[in-house]
Amino acid sequence: MEAFKNFTGVVAPLDRANIDTDAIIPKQFLKSIQRTGFGPFLFDEWRYMDHGEPGMDCTNRPRNPEFVLNDPRFAQAQILLARENFGCGSSREHAPWALTDFGFRVILAPSFADIFFNNSFKNGLLPIVLDAKVIDALFAKATGETPLSISVDLSAQTLTLDDGTCISFEVDAGSKHRLLEGLDDIGLTLQEVDLIRAYEERRRAETPWLFI
Amino acid sequence: MVAKTLYDKLWDEHVVRVDDNGTALLYIDRQLIHEVTSPQAFEGLRLAGRTPWRTSANLAVPDHNVPTTDRAAGISDPVSRIQVEALGTNCLTFGITELGMGDKRQGVVHVIGPEQGFTLPGSTVVCGDSHTATHGAFGALAFGIGTSEVEHALATQTLIQRKSKSMLISVDGKLGTGVTAKDIVLAIIGKIGTAGGTGYVIEFGGEAIRELTMEGRMTVCNMAIEAGARAGLIGVDDKTVEYMRGRPLAPQGELFERAAAHWLTLSSDEGAQFDAVIHMDAADIKPQVTWGTSPEMVLPIDGKVPSPEDADDEVKANGIRRALDYMGLEAGTPLTEVRPDKIFIGSCTNSRIEDLRAAALIAKGRKVAESIKLAMVVPGSGLVKEQAEAEGLDKIFVEAGFEWREPGCSMCLAMNADRLESGERCASTSNRNFEGRQGQGGRTHLVSPAMAAAAAVTGHFVDVREL
Ligand code: SF4
Repeated sequence: MEAFKNFTGVVAPLDRANIDTDAIIPKQFLKSIQRTGFGPFLFDEWRYMDHGEPGMDCTNRPRNPEFVLNDPRFAQAQILLARENFGCGSSREHAPWALTDFGFRVILAPSFADIFFNNSFKNGLLPIVLDAKVIDALFAKATGETPLSISVDLSAQTLTLDDGTCISFEVDAGSKHRLLEGLDDIGLTLQEVDLIRAYEERRRAETPWLFI
Repeated sequence: MVAKTLYDKLWDEHVVRVDDNGTALLYIDRQLIHEVTSPQAFEGLRLAGRTPWRTSANLAVPDHNVPTTDRAAGISDPVSRIQVEALGTNCLTFGITELGMGDKRQGVVHVIGPEQGFTLPGSTVVCGDSHTATHGAFGALAFGIGTSEVEHALATQTLIQRKSKSMLISVDGKLGTGVTAKDIVLAIIGKIGTAGGTGYVIEFGGEAIRELTMEGRMTVCNMAIEAGARAGLIGVDDKTVEYMRGRPLAPQGELFERAAAHWLTLSSDEGAQFDAVIHMDAADIKPQVTWGTSPEMVLPIDGKVPSPEDADDEVKANGIRRALDYMGLEAGTPLTEVRPDKIFIGSCTNSRIEDLRAAALIAKGRKVAESIKLAMVVPGSGLVKEQAEAEGLDKIFVEAGFEWREPGCSMCLAMNADRLESGERCASTSNRNFEGRQGQGGRTHLVSPAMAAAAAVTGHFVDVREL
């Protein structure tokens, strides 16, 4: 996993509650043998007017002009702003895969579904819980004439808006550490290389037949 | 010294490190890989620029999507074909041995592991597949994992685990003739339920288990997962050691003898404490048939389809109602009056040589009933197929009217072309009778190979002991 670096990015406001993982990435895309390439199909049913199938070329598919990500101003958005219970429904890890593949690195919402919340951290995506009133205020700014951009500082746990407003947020210390260091479970386990090697050395002597 | 269970011994031998809160880093000796749950794991390695920790600790085989008919024609479904091809490419890239579709050692992942001697007593074995429990028959700690864990095991040769509780199921006394390992495990699941083993590793013991062949023990452990257990286990004895001797990937010569001496220590100590102990009397077990849509919906062959009114509570009554409806069965119908349309002898539960012998014994000199649309025998591996052909079993099956197929998972889960049509009823030697498991709307009855063959030749379920 890549380390999470501070960045300044555009906010895409997606004004819906209870956005479920099937909406984030519909079930037909789970046939894929890859963990990447889901970005073009993110929110497929909302984003396009036709039915999406894995492997399709999305360049010329008819787009829904009403959908926020089809607004050229948000095409490069890195921060998604949404309402409560974001990521509910199935546990598919394809949901964070699709969001990060599109380019999102932070999601702001008043609340997240549990599994999605955990899956996000495993994939370098930072879900931030903010007070519903703060979210309201952000929606007001993000839907204005010029898009809202926010500077995210994970170490300081702050969001700085383009007008200078600073908002602080909470994050679990372990998750923060793993994101900042770019560590996934595998990365963490690999910090124990010496222990694993020592174990192997001992077992190689005791039970050599296990080491073909 | 404290008396230890087999599970304690296997666990203790594999802990690399343990946290204060009980989370352990467990060393993984062996990983089996198939085409369905591995692509994203390999992709993950590639994205992170990682390589497998120890390539020789992995063995791959395509099984879920492979055709059981003419292999030369390849795989017609493009999605299936891509998955199988991806496995080949990934194995090539990462230097992992793959027994591909054209290799005569190819077969169902849980058949080939032991057959090749890849599964060793006392090892930890994982696979992105719940029926990895099978390998516990060798006194190996074997369990199924998800795709992220497949990647974790590939990259680090370890997994982050917490220890389960331990349960002993002792099947005491001797089995009657015509009663098999499949009947034992179905009877166990009927008794403890599909959640009965949740949170546990189940060790199977007792005289009836000790009397089983290694093939029979694999059948029992295979379905431990159907009882909700994390893993199934059977202690090592001389039979285990003899099965291992001469297997291609097992140790050879002097090293084998050294290994065997260690393996023979792998059973629960006298007086070891289990968190739960269940006794069953082998003599009470009759040939079993499932009637519903969960493996716990099972009865002896002389039973009758239950009624919702027999249930103790409303939740159970509803379960029975739904199952009867899905299965197209009337309460009170004797199981011997239930008539399958198709017969499937195969899967990682029952596709080994002994299973085929048991089915052939019934099929010999008889004919598949007119009412049966299709009766198929799918050997667990190319080597099982070869052995069966050397013994003339294929001829017995073909003469009786069975189709003799190429190895793979086949109609166990219908990911390839072999499947039930909606409403079709199947006598199947596989392990799951869930709704739609063998094809949308398909109706599965789980039985032993002998019982499946008996249903094939009579056209209805029948007590194999009466044939
Ligand atoms: S035979 Fe069936 S249960 Fe066994 S691995 Fe294949 S699909 Fe799974």
